[in-house]
Amino acid sequence: MGEPAEINEIKDKGLEIGAERLTEDKIEKTINSVLKGETGARLKAYVDTCIHCGLCSEACHYYLSRDNDPHFSPVGKVKQTIWEMLKKKGKVSPEFIKKASEIASTECNLCRRCAMYCPFGIDIAYMMLIVRRICHMLGVTPLYIQDTAHSHSVTMNQMWVKGDEWPDTLQWQEEEAQAEIPTLRIPLEKEGADVMYSVIGPEPKFQAQLIYQAAVIMNVAGIDWTMPASSGWDNSDMAMYTGDNEIMGRVKRAHFETAARLKVKKIVMGECGHAFRSVYDVGNRWLGWRIPPVEVVHAIEFYHDILKEGRIKISKKFETPVTLHDPCNIVRGRGLHEMSRYVTREMCEELIEMHPNREHNYCCCAGGGVINCGPPYKNKRIMSNRVKAEQLFAAKAKGAKVLIAPCHNCHSGLEDINHHYGLGLEIKFLMDILYEVMDKPE
Amino acid sequence: MHDLYIFITGPLAWAAFILFIGGSLYRLLAMLILVNRKERFIFSYMSLRYGLRSILHWITPFATVNMRRHPVLTVVTFLFHICLIVTPIFLLSHVILWDESWNLSWWSLPDGLADFMTIIVIAGAIFFLIRRIVSPEVQFVTSASDYIILAIVAAPFVTGFLAYHQWFAYEFFMVLHILTGEMMLVAIPFTRLSHMIYSPFTRAYMGSEFGGVRHAKDW
Ligand code: HEM
Ligand code: HEM
Ligand code: SF4
Ligand code: SF4
Repeated sequence: MGEPAEINEIKDKGLEIGAERLTEDKIEKTINSVLKGETGARLKAYVDTCIHCGLCSEACHYYLSRDNDPHFSPVGKVKQTIWEMLKKKGKVSPEFIKKASEIASTECNLCRRCAMYCPFGIDIAYMMLIVRRICHMLGVTPLYIQDTAHSHSVTMNQMWVKGDEWPDTLQWQEEEAQAEIPTLRIPLEKEGADVMYSVIGPEPKFQAQLIYQAAVIMNVAGIDWTMPASSGWDNSDMAMYTGDNEIMGRVKRAHFETAARLKVKKIVMGECGHAFRSVYDVGNRWLGWRIPPVEVVHAIEFYHDILKEGRIKISKKFETPVTLHDPCNIVRGRGLHEMSRYVTREMCEELIEMHPNREHNYCCCAGGGVINCGPPYKNKRIMSNRVKAEQLFAAKAKGAKVLIAPCHNCHSGLEDINHHYGLGLEIKFLMDILYEVMDKPE
Repeated sequence: MHDLYIFITGPLAWAAFILFIGGSLYRLLAMLILVNRKERFIFSYMSLRYGLRSILHWITPFATVNMRRHPVLTVVTFLFHICLIVTPIFLLSHVILWDESWNLSWWSLPDGLADFMTIIVIAGAIFFLIRRIVSPEVQFVTSASDYIILAIVAAPFVTGFLAYHQWFAYEFFMVLHILTGEMMLVAIPFTRLSHMIYSPFTRAYMGSEFGGVRHAKDW
């Protein structure tokens, strides 16, 4: 199978330089301290129970897209990483760690589809996260995603957005939106509001119009809402994906504490999947909360509620036929697939399902921090999701022209696939359509 | 020969059953203690309802997407596992042995049926062996231990079959049968055959996470 050279010879300074600094002794100590100190019965049961049957293989879009190459099957990735570390009791080479980091960080989206295919429900994504954790402790993490983790650490947001840039952006969007609705406000720091609206770092940086649209929706729906002016506004979390749990904990704590300081009833989050996972499922656990200390509502659920309650009216349904992508982190991660269909049907004339869908949808191949590992892996990421292109082609053949992707990561990943495979679909957030078709005051 | 027979059906059989039952309990307990020590949060996510929901789906033939994707394997694996567990428990010769030593007896399978079920297990093992060799994704994660485990499971059925039919070397196969049977029992808690012990827990945990936290199906 002729693969483009870029796939086989990826150069990543984070991995190269990180691995150069390693000694076998340090590797052994680190692996064993993570395995002994941070893992327990779960890892043991997963490793002892796996009967090496390979039944998880067909769950994985990497495996399917790479012509069933067993190196890319879920259990194949475990074999090349954790099993080897366990078997050799941590005595592996720097070269091995480099490869393990590449596998865990760029060949698995932690999408958890395989957990639905393994007869024992073995959680491969969890094991890949342990590998990332070990590589993080060894300082061998892909450069680009490490940079975002640094940004979280320094600024509490993902995109190095400075303290004053944030409220400036909100004010700018408020002014823009006032041209459309003169009474519109983006209430900052309003104590006791019902809703704190939080977004991911890239929104103020690159996609400020999404904040504009959200403000219009909040205002028209008559929601008592607020946004924080301080750090803690960013709900995203790349530290969660680099295995830097300490920073992840700080970032999530800042987010929850901001909501607590503002005394809001709930946090409503923009259309992002990984951020939802970090707030709803992962960060809260690290901080010791079984469920998040503040109710967390994803945008899909929020739109569902305001449409159902009649707070937003649709003036004219979206006519172009749409198809709907089910993001892992809010479908396998939160079961919002029926709500997203309700919202879509309320807004659009025609929904053409892609197959497989709902819990069984194929991942976008951008999630789990893979797209954040940056340009060195872009080709590999696109090549490793041919099945997604095929799935979308089939939906297109049935007439779909617009692809709804209610998640930032999916959005960007699918855009790359759209472009590379020449799908010719237009990709939108639910919010883009909602903003377009809703009844707005004249 | 007689002394050997007395030994392997006496002390050695005792040892095998003690190691099998004791070992299984030990593995189970060790797991729970480890959870309690290091991952206590698991207890708070475990849900009876969603755990059972998941287990039920995964022990019902064709109730999951992946089973439907692999119809042949699904049929084989269910027949294999059912015969594997049911045959030795309800085999007439075995029940008689229990009766002789413990005065315990229960319903038993007609010999012909038991013989047929034995063949199914052997055929299933051959199927798994072939699959392991010819499927690249299975081959890739196969090590010598996988073949050994398969052999350990197949051995008591092959030898039991040969002994039952008494075509040749009856005593030899009888002894071999008892030895391999005991070996298999002991192997259950101490090899990947421990999936018998762990699988209800891994399944229930994933079912609980999917059902209770993620509000999604896991099948
Ligand atoms: C504790 C040790 C065991 C003893 C003493 C024992 C004894 C026997 C005896 C006396 C027979 C009958 C042979 C005949 O008809 O002449 C037999 C058959 C058989 N045993 Fe066992 N057995 C033991 C363990 C096992 C185990 C662990 C398994 C499987 C998991 C097993 C599976 C079978 C099967 C399948 C047959 C019958 C084969 C056929 O009818 O085709 N045995 N065993
Ligand atoms: C009672 C609970 C058990 C459950 C739920 C269970 C489940 C499974 C599953 C899901 C597989 C893998 C998928 C497949 O090959 O179809 C498997 C494979 C297997 N199991 Fe079990 N099992 C159980 C008990 C046992 C026992 C008691 C033994 C033997 C002593 C056993 C021996 C095997 C073997 C040999 C394989 C095939 C491995 C291979 O592919 O080479 N299982 N089991
Ligand atoms: S990408 Fe998804 S299906 Fe593939 S191994 Fe990772 S979690 Fe499993
Ligand atoms: S399906 Fe489960 S048991 Fe089988 S190889 Fe994959 S992880 Fe292991």
